Amino acid sequence: MISSVESLGRRAVRGLDEVGFAGVLFGESLFWTALGARWGRPVHLPAVVFQMMEMGIRALPIATLLSATVGLMLAIQSLYSLGLFGAESFAHVGIALSVIREFSPLIIGILVAGRSGSALAARLATMSINQEIDALRVIGINPVRHLVAPALLAMLVVLPALTMWANLVALGAAGLYVSAALDISLAAYASGTVEVLSPGDLWHGLGKSLLFAVLIVLVAVVNGARVSGGAEGVGRVTTTSVVQAISAIVVTDMVFAFVVTQ
Amino acid sequence: MAPSSAQETSAASAAPEAVIEVRDLCAHYGALQVLHGVSLAVMRGEIMVIMGGSGSGKSTLLRHLIGLQRPSGGSLALLDRDVTRLGELEYIALRRQMGVAFQGGALFSSMSVAENVKLPLREHGRLDEKTMDIIARLKLEVVNLAGYGDFMPAELSGGMLKRAAVARAIVLDPKLLFFDEPSAGLDPAVSAALDDLILKLRDAMQMTIVVVTHEIESAFKIADRIAILDHGRILAVDTPEGLRRSGNPRIQNLLCRQAEEVEIDPASYLRRLAGEA
Repeated sequence: MISSVESLGRRAVRGLDEVGFAGVLFGESLFWTALGARWGRPVHLPAVVFQMMEMGIRALPIATLLSATVGLMLAIQSLYSLGLFGAESFAHVGIALSVIREFSPLIIGILVAGRSGSALAARLATMSINQEIDALRVIGINPVRHLVAPALLAMLVVLPALTMWANLVALGAAGLYVSAALDISLAAYASGTVEVLSPGDLWHGLGKSLLFAVLIVLVAVVNGARVSGGAEGVGRVTTTSVVQAISAIVVTDMVFAFVVTQ
Repeated sequence: MAPSSAQETSAASAAPEAVIEVRDLCAHYGALQVLHGVSLAVMRGEIMVIMGGSGSGKSTLLRHLIGLQRPSGGSLALLDRDVTRLGELEYIALRRQMGVAFQGGALFSSMSVAENVKLPLREHGRLDEKTMDIIARLKLEVVNLAGYGDFMPAELSGGMLKRAAVARAIVLDPKLLFFDEPSAGLDPAVSAALDDLILKLRDAMQMTIVVVTHEIESAFKIADRIAILDHGRILAVDTPEGLRRSGNPRIQNLLCRQAEEVEIDPASYLRRLAGEA
């Protein structure tokens, strides 16, 4: 009994420690981004662009495929469920709101957490084991400025951009299916969709994607920095990073939706 | 008869100057004390080798010397600056005068060898690309890696990786150069070449060099003085000849590679196995 309570206590303390560490990393990243140039130590733009290419451009094909699939799946389910009440003509309302406010940010967040979050955690863990982080420090380069800030900045641009792209693809795919099924023109479907949506819906989705961006990077960096052991350790922190990031995204999504819709 | 003031000045200028001064340095990992009041002075232009068995604290001492850990007690001065009192920016400025060659090289795997060598220049200098290219090429020539600038670290052998790491460490012409286990994992010929390189750097570039190693042959070849660490304490600091003549059995055990008798208490061993101690 005592040992399980002790174990729980230790986990809680470690969790708080990691949250604190993530907060420090976030603050330091913002500090270097805002004031690094003034000290002659800017966050290097090429590093940010490189990360954007890795996280964004290279993720486009799979993001497109998943978004189209989600759009089609929503269209199929909407037509089926609304068909029970003879209300198929309202399908575009549910599809538009659920894609823009919920599915696009969530699916893209999970995709990027699995793809880029894991890559970032593995990269940092490997660098840590190979003493590359130590090498940065003895050269006089702040590892947060050199490694974390570029990833965070890139993610803050890439995730909302991918989410916007996913909105277009998912709504387009759903539109093609619904217009064919209901025998209406694609233009009529698009017009109905635009009428339903407000800027607030768009900001709801983009706000979530910004939060997810911060979560994915911080979870990856905290795990990558705390690696121990060799290759096994890298594998362990990579898996932990993906699981924690996806869990954090889903929980944050629910909390965000609850808070914003009250 | 008292010496004249001119003689005093002359004697003072001829006296070797300590560029690294460690006084009563203590280090802890959690509750475990790893270094117990270590004191050591390294003179300008000398090669100081730090030796010791596994767990003696030599790697921890090196991590303190290169600023990767702050001491829990005592003081550490590098180039007349007490590093325990330096802020982040002052430490960064001091690091321009230090170079470190890590055990595995620690080259950045995403950059070419030349980009690795240029990184400190890019970070600390305001040189144009062409000048940085020239400097990187010169430093790679110093370590006998001319023509390997475009290679990626994964394409180099172990010895080449270490030499590339040395090129990066000396690119800013530091006054202090630190080596962590330079001979580890190398065959005898490559190891001997690296020893020659360390001597060449000291002689040609007037650097003060600290080498942490457990390779006895290498240590005796390059060292002006050797500091022997044992269980977190300095056991001896002497010239290689002085250590050979030492009557201290622990030193002789280390130098003659003799295993120490370790007494195992069966009761405490069983307690440790059961997780009770």
